[in-house]
Amino acid sequence: MVQAQRDSAFVQFERVQKSYDGQTLVVKDLNLTVPKGEFLTMLGPSGSGKTTTLMMLAGFETATHGQIRLNGRNINDVPPHKRGIGMVFQNYALFPHMSVAENLAFPLDVRSLGKAEKEQKVKRALDMVQMGQFANRRPGQLSGGQQQRIALARALVFEPELVLMDEPLGALDKQLREHMQFEIKHIADSLGITVVYVTHDQTEALTMSDRVAVFNDGVIQQLAPPDELYEAPMNSFVARFIGENNTMTGVVTALDGSRCVVRLDSGDEIDAKPVNVAKVGERTKVSIRPERVETNKARLRPGAHTLTARVEEFIYMGDMFRTRLSVAGNSNFIMKTRNAPDQVRLEPGAEIEIGWLPEDCRALDAA
Amino acid sequence: MADATISGGLPQGRGAKTASPGGPMLAADGTPLRASLARSLRRQKMRALLLIAPLLLFILVTFVMPIGDMLFRSVENHIVADTLPRTVAALRDDPSEVPGEPVFRAMAEDLQVAVEEKTHTQLGTRLNYESSGMSSLLRGTGRDVKGMGEDVAKAVTGLDDAWEEPGTWVALLADPAWVQTQAEWAAADDKSPEPAFAASAAATERLPRTVEAYQAFAHVTQADDGDSVTEEEPWNLAYVALADDLRADPGAAEAFEGDNRARLDALSAAVADGTVPAVSYRDMFVESDDAWGEPGTWSVLRTFSSRFTPGYYLNAVDLKLGPNGIEMREPKDRIYLQLFVRTLVMSLVITGTCILLGYPIAFLLANLPERTANLLMILVLLPFWTSLLVRTSAWKVLLQQQGVINDILVWLGIVGDGNRLALINNQTGTIIAMTHILLPFMILPLYSVMKGIPKSYVRAAKSLGANDWTAFWRVYFPQSVPGIGAGSILCFILAIGYYITPELVGGTKGVFISNRIAYHISDSLNWGLAAALGTILLAVVMLLYWAYDRLVGIDNVKLGG
Ligand SMILES: Nc1ncnc2c1ncn2[C@@H]1O[C@H](COP(=O)(O)OP(=O)(O)OP(=O)(O)O)[C@@H](O)[C@H]1O
Ligand SMILES: [Mg+2]
Repeated sequence: MVQAQRDSAFVQFERVQKSYDGQTLVVKDLNLTVPKGEFLTMLGPSGSGKTTTLMMLAGFETATHGQIRLNGRNINDVPPHKRGIGMVFQNYALFPHMSVAENLAFPLDVRSLGKAEKEQKVKRALDMVQMGQFANRRPGQLSGGQQQRIALARALVFEPELVLMDEPLGALDKQLREHMQFEIKHIADSLGITVVYVTHDQTEALTMSDRVAVFNDGVIQQLAPPDELYEAPMNSFVARFIGENNTMTGVVTALDGSRCVVRLDSGDEIDAKPVNVAKVGERTKVSIRPERVETNKARLRPGAHTLTARVEEFIYMGDMFRTRLSVAGNSNFIMKTRNAPDQVRLEPGAEIEIGWLPEDCRALDAA
Repeated sequence: MADATISGGLPQGRGAKTASPGGPMLAADGTPLRASLARSLRRQKMRALLLIAPLLLFILVTFVMPIGDMLFRSVENHIVADTLPRTVAALRDDPSEVPGEPVFRAMAEDLQVAVEEKTHTQLGTRLNYESSGMSSLLRGTGRDVKGMGEDVAKAVTGLDDAWEEPGTWVALLADPAWVQTQAEWAAADDKSPEPAFAASAAATERLPRTVEAYQAFAHVTQADDGDSVTEEEPWNLAYVALADDLRADPGAAEAFEGDNRARLDALSAAVADGTVPAVSYRDMFVESDDAWGEPGTWSVLRTFSSRFTPGYYLNAVDLKLGPNGIEMREPKDRIYLQLFVRTLVMSLVITGTCILLGYPIAFLLANLPERTANLLMILVLLPFWTSLLVRTSAWKVLLQQQGVINDILVWLGIVGDGNRLALINNQTGTIIAMTHILLPFMILPLYSVMKGIPKSYVRAAKSLGANDWTAFWRVYFPQSVPGIGAGSILCFILAIGYYITPELVGGTKGVFISNRIAYHISDSLNWGLAAALGTILLAVVMLLYWAYDRLVGIDNVKLGG
């Protein structure tokens, strides 16, 4: 228990605030705990304070208020070079005047390691990212993906326990990015290091992370494992930000523990699961994933509310069908269905009945 | 395909496979790729050429041609061969230290012509660069040369008044055809010059020296003075030549007829019996100035008789061409090597101080927020808005012994009133003022290079464990080196050719080679030497540039990030 307690607080932000100009808070009251060995991703729109948070952890920005602890020690006043945190920058920041091997040897040089040990570590790190034969190249002679690997190897070569990455894959093309996501995750797991990773690509966040912290406007909106984030967004920002999502606004008309009924602005009533609503009469925004929309009445619970929808557009996507519907005044309601043998292809103009399981429709805040 | 890239495959994995095995790369239509590339680039190149054509022309006229002219001037030495053509030719056949009579005779003719054409003083000035005394020698003898052979002329005319008549000489020496054209010219009475004198075949054969001397006279009279030989009595030289011819060939008269023959016979007899004295030009020259009898004088003439000379260059590096080849100048005449070394050393010092002062400023500017940096940048550029002369004069006010800086130092008690610092009219003054003037040229390239160094490099270094100094020295500084390179080249090349500031604040100890060049161009008028000094300066700069390229690499010079 004691062990777990300490582990659970490897990195700790406690009431951290940051302001650059003394007028606005870029990071507002941040509380975040990262246990050892976790892969934590900060996800959020541009300007939400992710980089700022990361830079405070790395020591390049000072927190205006609050404490940042690493391994139980307050590091607010520890200069960056004494924090022992590995870091991968978005533009890689490989030193252009040094060869790949020299880049990797740099952190070992400043730690005054012996020549033999240094060479061995450099070689091991290069082999880890499969770049052994590029040791003598200059960074400028490498492709973006290769530079990325070297930057990763350099951040790991001095064996830090914590590695920070600020959109390390932002400059790569899609295929390469997916490959590298897998590779980074694999390396992080095999080394058992703690990673704090920043991205604004939600797929990246969902595929790589143990937990994701969704940032907006300097506040963590939700901190949860990927599946929970997707399945159970805690507020309408998260619901909107993560994955595709249909939203409709209305008023709660009945509320009973884990179920509620919402009257939409169009007058239709639907079933939903109350998440951010407390009482009847409250305005709410309901959110439902496109793939949870059901056309087969047999799969709905008896007495479930259904809505009449008109098919606006049908898009064939190979493994999926994507249908745009007009529902309750919302002409941009998306439904996704699996391309199964029994699945009918809907013609535009057709009228269908749709519904869902109450727990798939989340009644969130009206914001 | 994607696999090849992401698994870190070698770059050539993606190469287009259009090469025929072993042969050159082919384009789609089967022509060699190189040829079709060249064809497609040609139009582009032509357009580029057209666009730069005006500038090219401008540079050609204002830059390449003057430099070419300078290079030419620095070795050109036509003046001796042009002014003393006969002497130079005669010297070639006479290797003795002090040459014999023929050379002196040629010299007399050349000098007489030069005096008439007033070119002997220019020659004197030119030769004086090589050996002092030459100017006064030529001036002095130039005054005397007209009188040389006076007694011979007197004796000849005493024998027969007819020799005083210009017509007698024309009748004796002229080609009949020329007499005809001359008569037509005289009748026409237009303003054109008299037809060039031509000697008859008989005269050329039997009286060669006379013809030579007379022709020199005729040329000067006709071409330079615009007179007619039929109205001018020839120079004494012609009388001496005639006497010499008759002494050498007593029977020359037989080639002539009538009056000419009678006069020549009479003259021959007079020459033979000594009524007309034999004279030696050598003696007459030595009598005019002893220097003509000294080997040194002739060695200078001999050395500088060729049309091209290394003399200016030797002079420019404190050497000279003596009788025994190249030798050092007298210690008191050695100034240029020292001046070159001083110019180089001081330019290096100035460049160095510019780096020392400019680097921190550029660093500060590059790391400040944009707005503040721009404001401060204006301050850096402020000096450019003031005239160079004003700035330099301001330094005079500041640096002089009773100037502001000394006053402050005395007031602070750092130096005593008695021993105020000498900050001006010496090398210190030049270094201070020029550092100030050239500093922006260091700051600007440094700033723009530093601006282009992303902050993430230093951050990366720190995150990897480097302290502030190591991060700066091993990561930031190497990336700013191209800026230092560009700034240094700029400052150094500007400094090495600087003129106004050293002139105004440098005194005698702080002047640069350019000041000396300017002196030779506008005061001493020794353009050849100025050209040689300029060429050496150019060569030194190019040499340093080359060395810099070898050591640092010119690719490492950046004016912008
Ligand atoms: N050095 C700075 N000085 C002043 N304001 C800054 C500075 N750096 C960031 N900001 C501001 O702080 C806010 C948060 O910036 P931050 O870089 O943390 O965003 P981010 O979440 O990393 O965004 P992105 O996804 O675009 O990288 C932004 O509004 C930004 O304008
Ligand atoms: Mg960012």
